[in-house]
Amino acid sequence: MKQDQTSGAAGVSSVTEYNVVPFKTRVLPYLIVAPALIITIGIMIPFAMAIYYSLTSYSFRMPTYKVTYLKNWVNTFTKPGFWKALWVTVRYAFFSIVIEMLLGMAIALILNTLNNRFSRIMRVCLIFPLMIAPITATIVWQLMLNNSVGVVEHLLNVFGIYNFPWAAGTKTAMLTVVMIDTWVNTPFCMLLVLAGLQSLPKSPFESAKIDGGSTWFNFVNLTLPMLKPSLYIALLFRLMAALQEYSIIFGMTKGGPGDTLMNLSLTAYQTAFQYQKFGPALPYILVLWLMINYLAKFIVGKQRAAQRQAAGLEE
Amino acid sequence: MKKRVISTMLCAAMVMSSLAVPAMADDASFDWKAYDGTTLNVMFNEHTYSKAVIEKIPEFEKATGIHVEYSTTPESNYFDKLNTALSSRSGNPDVFMTGAYQVWEYAPAGYMEDLDPYVNDPAKTAADYDYDDFIPATIESLRWDLVPGHAVGEGSLWAVPMGWELNNLSYNKRIFEEKGIEVPKTTDELMETATALNEFDGSGTYGIAVRGSREWATIHPGYMSLFATWGGKDFEIEDGKLVCKLDSEEAIAMTDYWVNLIKQAGPPQWSTYTWYQASADLGAGKAAMLFDATSAAYFQNVEGGSAESGNIAWSTIPLPEGKTEADMKANVWIWSLAMNADSKNKDAAWYFIQYFSNKEFMQWSGTEGACADTPRQSVMDSDGYKEIVGKADNYLEAINALSPNATIQFTPQPYFFECTTTWAETLQDLVTSDKYASTEEAMKQLKATLDEVVSDLEVE
Repeated sequence: MKQDQTSGAAGVSSVTEYNVVPFKTRVLPYLIVAPALIITIGIMIPFAMAIYYSLTSYSFRMPTYKVTYLKNWVNTFTKPGFWKALWVTVRYAFFSIVIEMLLGMAIALILNTLNNRFSRIMRVCLIFPLMIAPITATIVWQLMLNNSVGVVEHLLNVFGIYNFPWAAGTKTAMLTVVMIDTWVNTPFCMLLVLAGLQSLPKSPFESAKIDGGSTWFNFVNLTLPMLKPSLYIALLFRLMAALQEYSIIFGMTKGGPGDTLMNLSLTAYQTAFQYQKFGPALPYILVLWLMINYLAKFIVGKQRAAQRQAAGLEE
Repeated sequence: MKKRVISTMLCAAMVMSSLAVPAMADDASFDWKAYDGTTLNVMFNEHTYSKAVIEKIPEFEKATGIHVEYSTTPESNYFDKLNTALSSRSGNPDVFMTGAYQVWEYAPAGYMEDLDPYVNDPAKTAADYDYDDFIPATIESLRWDLVPGHAVGEGSLWAVPMGWELNNLSYNKRIFEEKGIEVPKTTDELMETATALNEFDGSGTYGIAVRGSREWATIHPGYMSLFATWGGKDFEIEDGKLVCKLDSEEAIAMTDYWVNLIKQAGPPQWSTYTWYQASADLGAGKAAMLFDATSAAYFQNVEGGSAESGNIAWSTIPLPEGKTEADMKANVWIWSLAMNADSKNKDAAWYFIQYFSNKEFMQWSGTEGACADTPRQSVMDSDGYKEIVGKADNYLEAINALSPNATIQFTPQPYFFECTTTWAETLQDLVTSDKYASTEEAMKQLKATLDEVVSDLEVE
């Protein structure tokens, strides 16, 4: 009872204080967060619209549409094409990321170790592919890989290999598009790893040198743990882009041969823009969004843990 | 009496002069400046037909006072871009380049303006436009009554032709002469000849170029022409429904033949081949033959057009066993100009379409503009056209031989692109993988898929 009286008194007091706080001061916190709120709403509107339209028969070719509830979702999940597209998406992301991360890290380590005029020139040259739009790079590669006029074909002829199918073969199409992705995006991984390497403290390495630690020992026990935050950042960006990949595959094969390279993005694009069925296309994109959202959160968590570990805040 | 003679002579002189000089300049009563100051947006596919129009846009602007802003996009992406632009319902572009098959999708969606009211309005169309001069197969293919399954030729006019293409066999006569090989007349001979010509000039050269990319455009040229000649049909109306006929005996036999032809003598990277690559290989001397649009080979034959210009000749469609010349059924493609139904400048847009489809422009584009497949009879009959296009070996003769049965061999329906893209995907699977045990299995599965695609169409 006593407690109630006290809280009641405090309540009266706080109301009184609240009333005397000037309006500007009371509004200020809301004004400060308002831009962020507006931007967040702006970002979320397309997602909300996408979810809504995925429950409709919305089509570019029809003047009206009707709500079909989960029909598009059920159709998507019961189609073998969806699972194939999901599998292509995952395989493409896996192969391109593994190759790019390993290659990017290897190049960054070499350039960081050399640290001479050659490495400085190479640093500039190696980022050239990043300056080209992926679709432009794809067109250039298409010409290079052409059996009739391509420079790669002529090179392979020297080794007795003729008419290599590249993107035209079901068994070589994935290899071809991953190769182009690797050419375009390895410099991105290299740059991030190189920046990470150059920000590492020197003292642990000097101590290890005095203790006679081998290069491999230093790499596994010092470089790699301290580099993890940079590696996770590179992984995060590359994973998001690789899962959404569209331009290289579309430019090279339009998803063919057959459905060999039809990933979620291409299937959604084909359904929405070529077949003009917008409602049925959206589940593909929303599944992709959920996948990326979950994986991104997971990697960000890992990156934060690695950052704390590298800073010596936790074991 | 004297007055009557003079007036008759004056009338005769006016008629004579209207035949002798360019149409637009002569029809003084028609107000070409009616929309002076209007700005039109036009979307073009990258093609010889659009190049000819673009070259003459400054003259159009000068004559009409209408300012034209245009964009040009390669064919592989053109229709995707156009779909997006039209579906936005913003009215931009005012005018767009299209094909006849697109009418079946765009017109029912309400993206296309019916052009009949413009053609038939003397206030909007110059008296000397001469609609009846269009070759019937071209202009009639752009009419449709919007009922799925109904043939073209009835209903509203949705576009006006810029040029048309038949699909037939063309070949490099230099290579044929050097190898002492005869031009194939039957499908068996075609298989034999194409296989024999593999690596005719070392690695990278091959027998026959055909399209193979994963899109509708792979089906409509050589494949569809031979498919129809073989006796195949894509759909038929049964009990008020569209029923896919790709599992018919003819369809399976023809597809099996086509798959073998590509495997035996087609481009090594066939599944990435579009119009551009296939025709460029004939021009570069990499392919001995091309089964595609008449104009695809023509552009390679124009002086300076390619390494093999002047060496290309044309044939018709190789005949399957038991078929005669009367059975040849070339599929037709018609590049056309259409008006956006949401355009804010419809009358000015019609002026643009009218200007670039009138006799004067067509005469120029058909001769100096390198647009060999003119849709106007008066151009085809002109000496200038015959002199220039007639130089191409057997070109006009092949067109004349194929023309009687040449038409759109597809069944008009709004899911055309979904059906033909799925069809092309199956073709790719058959050529590049062992996904199917047989062509029959693939075609039966394709039939089931396409039946599902068109299942919601109401056919009368």
